[in-house]
Amino acid sequence: MSGASSVGSAQGAPWVAPVDASAREAIDAIGEELAMFDDWMDRYEYIIELGRNLPSFPPAWQDEAHRVPGCQSQVWLEAREENGVLFFAGASDATIVSGLVALLLRVYSGRTAQEIEETPPGFLHDLGLVKALSTNRGNGVEAMAQAIRARARS
Amino acid sequence: MTSSHDARACFEAIRSQFPILREQVYGRDLVFLDSAASAQKPDCVIDAMSHTMRSQYANIHRGLHWMSERTTEAYESVRTRCAAFLNAPDRREIVFTRNSTEAINLVAHSYGALLRPGQAILISELEHHSNLVPWQMLRDRAGLELRIAPIDGNGDIDPEAYEALLADGRVGLVAITHMSNVLGTLTPAKDLARLAHRYGAKILFDGSQSAVHRRIDVQDLDADFFVCTGHKLYGPTGIGLLWARASLLEAMPPFLGGGEMIRSVSFEHASWADIPHKFEAGTPPIVEVVGLGAALAFMESLGATAIAEHEAELVSYARHHLGGEDGVSLIGAPREQGGVLSFLVEGAHPHDLAVLLDRQGIAIRAGQHCAEPLLRRLGLTATARASFGVYTTTGDIDALVAGVRRARRMLV
Repeated sequence: MSGASSVGSAQGAPWVAPVDASAREAIDAIGEELAMFDDWMDRYEYIIELGRNLPSFPPAWQDEAHRVPGCQSQVWLEAREENGVLFFAGASDATIVSGLVALLLRVYSGRTAQEIEETPPGFLHDLGLVKALSTNRGNGVEAMAQAIRARARS
Repeated sequence: MTSSHDARACFEAIRSQFPILREQVYGRDLVFLDSAASAQKPDCVIDAMSHTMRSQYANIHRGLHWMSERTTEAYESVRTRCAAFLNAPDRREIVFTRNSTEAINLVAHSYGALLRPGQAILISELEHHSNLVPWQMLRDRAGLELRIAPIDGNGDIDPEAYEALLADGRVGLVAITHMSNVLGTLTPAKDLARLAHRYGAKILFDGSQSAVHRRIDVQDLDADFFVCTGHKLYGPTGIGLLWARASLLEAMPPFLGGGEMIRSVSFEHASWADIPHKFEAGTPPIVEVVGLGAALAFMESLGATAIAEHEAELVSYARHHLGGEDGVSLIGAPREQGGVLSFLVEGAHPHDLAVLLDRQGIAIRAGQHCAEPLLRRLGLTATARASFGVYTTTGDIDALVAGVRRARRMLV
């Protein structure tokens, strides 16, 4: 979590603030929102829009140290802790992946380590988000969820 | 005009021979534009392999029984067909391998054993990892130098720089693509061979892509080695080809040891079988060889010239229509281009493009195409790539253009 404190308190912070009361509620809300669309092209429009609305990620963090391995496109992640709650910032150079980062961080950012630990990434499958990328890249989304959970444990 | 119209009708009719093209993905007709990664298979290939396993199968070269003899005949007749496909002077010059990668590794190992420290291998910036990594391994093992011939801005090999890299006479082997899997560049193979020989080097062509798209004549090319792979030639996976001059194969030590490749064996010593068997250790991919034979027969029935004309038309159509789209840029403009086209959409990551095309039933490839150094040379991290086969139609390209337009509206 190096370098987090200097950026975290500034205006336009990169951290994703929770909008749902719990990780579980976030997953349910995402499920309901995705279900409103009849086809995947519309769902992608929605996911792309979420990616565009991610807080901006500092260019200085778009480096090897922040890179999540196992993703075909580049994904960067940073975390900070405040009073026992973990906040995450994330970004990708690909638009659809950015949207998936936004969905993941809606679930995991602003939660305690325990809540993150108790929220396994199986919901990505249940919501069809692993399939939303082809299998090769779906692995990358799961790698991202694993990276978030690994940081919660450390 | 009539003949080109007939040819087009002929190629439209070919689609019915590829059962997979009747499949739907996400409820849409499959538009398959990823043949350069692996081509789809016609009924005749599927049937030949199925027939072999159902009614004419046994191990080859060793059984003293009817089934083994018939299967050996079928297997060896494919070697003859492969020799004809490449216009090789001698059927013993055809070695069956698992794929192009294995064929290149065979040459790196066995011809590499004849090279001496201080000699050099020359490849180009266009190479697929399979024609780069085996040479890096050989370089490190044998104390050789690895030289890289540069390309120009269009994606063509720079002939003067190529000759300059040969000029000191230390290059023992040139290993170079016959057609780029990223830019579609058809390299000037005869010129490259002539120059290689002038400076005392042998030359290997990686024909993984070219053999699909143009007639191969190893004698006309004056090549020393030529490799290609069955699964891109409408044949099965698991079968590739090495062609090499008989004198080279005879001078080279074996690659893998085992059964089939020996003349006699004692506990102390083994002596090698004649070529090509010296290089075919163990039970070979018998069914796959039969499938490859059917695939080559299929290609012969269409004719290499007709295939090349069909694909030249597709490339020209795609360059015009896809290249004419707002925000689309084509990567590379080689003097001669086979059925492969890399492109970018400004402001859209190639991966995003591939995902949104996939959902519209359109299969393309996005990424580095196993040619990471080439992408870096071009200053890119990824491209989108459409590639064409005998079953590709201008309708597929129209679908691609419409799909790209829709994806661009969503992403940009």
